[in-house]
Amino acid sequence: MKFSINHPILFVLVGLLVALVLGQSVWFLVKALRRAKAIGMDPKKLRKTMKTAAVFTIAPAVAIVISVIALAKSLGLPLPWLRLSVVGSLSYETIAAENAVSAMGLSLGKIAELNASQYVTVTLVMTISIMMGIWLVPVIGKRLLGGMSSLKNRDEKWADTLQNAMFIGMISAFLGYVFCDFSRLWSPGDYSPTSGLIPVCVLVVAALVMVLCGLLMKKFKWLGDYALPISLVAGMASAIPITAWLS
Amino acid sequence: MKRPATYIDSVHRDGRIWNIGVMMALLLFPIVVALIFGASPDWKALALGLVATAPMYWAVGAIEAITFTPMLGAGGSYLSFVTGNISNLKLPCAINALEQNDASVNTEEGEIISTIAIATSSIVTTIIIIIGVICIVPLTPILEAPVLAPAFEQMLPALFGGLGVAFVSKNWKIAVAPVLLMLVLFIFVPALNAGTVGIMVPVSVVFTIVVSRILYTKGAL
Repeated sequence: MKFSINHPILFVLVGLLVALVLGQSVWFLVKALRRAKAIGMDPKKLRKTMKTAAVFTIAPAVAIVISVIALAKSLGLPLPWLRLSVVGSLSYETIAAENAVSAMGLSLGKIAELNASQYVTVTLVMTISIMMGIWLVPVIGKRLLGGMSSLKNRDEKWADTLQNAMFIGMISAFLGYVFCDFSRLWSPGDYSPTSGLIPVCVLVVAALVMVLCGLLMKKFKWLGDYALPISLVAGMASAIPITAWLS
Repeated sequence: MKRPATYIDSVHRDGRIWNIGVMMALLLFPIVVALIFGASPDWKALALGLVATAPMYWAVGAIEAITFTPMLGAGGSYLSFVTGNISNLKLPCAINALEQNDASVNTEEGEIISTIAIATSSIVTTIIIIIGVICIVPLTPILEAPVLAPAFEQMLPALFGGLGVAFVSKNWKIAVAPVLLMLVLFIFVPALNAGTVGIMVPVSVVFTIVVSRILYTKGAL
């Protein structure tokens, strides 16, 4: 059979795998909802959680679709569809694909079309290199979470503080990342000195919108549920004029 | 006497079966493609590509599993490590849901809320990607329009602006030190950028835990 990176068989195979991953999400959702009902959790709370999660996901998911389009130019549509529906991200998949392609003396973006052997090689490198989390969580997850819940039984206040500390630690790293090009203000280079302020301004806009939602939610209760997606989209939209202004 | 299996036990059992199953199915994909099209991999390039890629991502994957699992809860972890996009989508989604419901992921209620948020997010993501794949021809010029590009480039600052203000203001005592440390590091160390932020997450998490422990033992929290 003649190979092509957009061969219908590849779409069928990837479709099956994506269905499997979708099946896992549905399985866990149904399982959690059943348990919630059994222990008498408020169904309204659960519906609100689902609605907020769904609305919040839209903008990041559209960004993932853009990554699929970007990678589809050199890898065909089925492979990026699979890779970005399961573990991974645009930066990881691009690096993994680039490493595999350059090992064959080629360059991503400059290849006309991969042949079957090259395609299998690239897919294997991408798949094997990011396997870690999928099997490590089944190995260590139970012990790790068991430790957390026994800590909760021993010292509840510290367990809650620890949980918040982990969230804060993760958020702090990303807040720092927003400032990574800040030094452009005083280090000359092939860019506008103020371009490093773009992410900082976007962060400030999103933060202000979040605060505004917090203030207004006393009057409009629904705003509280959607504060995060609203601030996310407002921040992203503000990036358009801010980028034009500062770059 | 053996204690009866709890809900969490059954989440771990199902999660293990699903994750190992999905992992095998993912590995099967290149093998099936090779068999159908009668092609064998370029073994030398495979080895070189793996040496260049796998060690770093295995290390990052191991650190992520240890760092993120206690924040995601059991069901959330099994799902997130299959569907990916953890720090930019699944974890913020879970943090937001837990905060809105005033729940801790270490309780059964929190575990359920985190799982529901992450499962919903995964389902919506998968469906949006499917729509994107089906409508790629009409969607490409819209999504790749130069006018929209800055909006998607700045998604992370927009996300962490909102999440940061909500979370830092509620926990400002433990947030001051790590936020300042990360700002100084990212501003003055040129090697820290979009590519290395993933490595700084566990560093920042460990630092924040140490700071919190000191404040906690001093009774300052």
